[in-house]
Amino acid sequence: MKTIEKLNIEINLCKGCGICVAFCPKDVLEINNGKVRIKDINSCIECGQCELRCPDYAIYLGGK
Amino acid sequence: MVSHLVEKYFRTETLPHIWCPGCGNGTVTRAIVKAIDNLGLDQDQVCIVSGIGCSSRAAGYLDFNTVHTTHGRALAFATGIKLANPKLTVIVITGDGDCAAIGGNHLIHAARRNIDITTIVFNNNIYGMTGGQYSPTTPTGDKGTTAPYGNIDANFDLCNLAVSAGATYVARSSLSNPNMIIKQVEEGIKNKGFSFIETLTTCPTYYGRKNKKGDGVEMIRYLGEKTINKIAYDKLPEEKRKDKIIIGEIFRGDRPEFTEEYQKVIESIKGEI
Repeated sequence: MKTIEKLNIEINLCKGCGICVAFCPKDVLEINNGKVRIKDINSCIECGQCELRCPDYAIYLGGK
Repeated sequence: MVSHLVEKYFRTETLPHIWCPGCGNGTVTRAIVKAIDNLGLDQDQVCIVSGIGCSSRAAGYLDFNTVHTTHGRALAFATGIKLANPKLTVIVITGDGDCAAIGGNHLIHAARRNIDITTIVFNNNIYGMTGGQYSPTTPTGDKGTTAPYGNIDANFDLCNLAVSAGATYVARSSLSNPNMIIKQVEEGIKNKGFSFIETLTTCPTYYGRKNKKGDGVEMIRYLGEKTINKIAYDKLPEEKRKDKIIIGEIFRGDRPEFTEEYQKVIESIKGEI
């Protein structure tokens, strides 16, 4: 079981554009009530596409 | 909380930024910061200069020496900053309207001088901040609020313009490939001379809506289909080249750099006056 700490979401910065959801190669994320939400953390391969593409700095890898 | 990168290089108290959902400006700004981080530059020795427009708001969010200047004049301010302190890494963030219309003259002369400035143009094909007027890079036939029946002008090829004017590093990248933006900004900063990087970005609010190109996601996918790397383009038969936009490194030259030449003049006349 992977820990959820590796993929972080700053919900206040999310504008719900859906770019991270669309470009995630493993279908880890979803939009819920206009904001991003982790749907399936176990599928995450930590490729970093979400962090690279998020225009709002609302999602990132790494514990903190 | 935000990532280490954002915490280090952004004025985090200013976030969230003003850019619309699906706008690519935030992604390009992060790519610039990532390139600076990869190069290990001293944050206090970097100066970001911007003009006016959506893209130019980036300077306000970044924690470097930053100047948010007047419309089209970012390169003029940057030229002064670089001459006054040639040790600074000077980066100009500008938009297609700011750089190619209002500041078009500054662009060609900065390129002609080959002054050591890296210019990154956020090309979203429209004037976003002022309400969607067509810009010099709006493709022919596309719509804007001031071109409700389609734009009849030919759009500028900014990279060709920069090459002709004398820039020594010219590249184009697209939001469909953010890693390419990072790489090109690194190369641009490393180049001792005028570097020009055109980044194709998205404006779903105006350009997208006016031209029925969909939301941010669809516009990024469209850019991915429309762009082609220069190496692959050169191998394509003529009929398949139509409507493709070349991305990648377009040009690299080698000419004397302006501030170095200026310093030589100063050295040569020392003691004479």
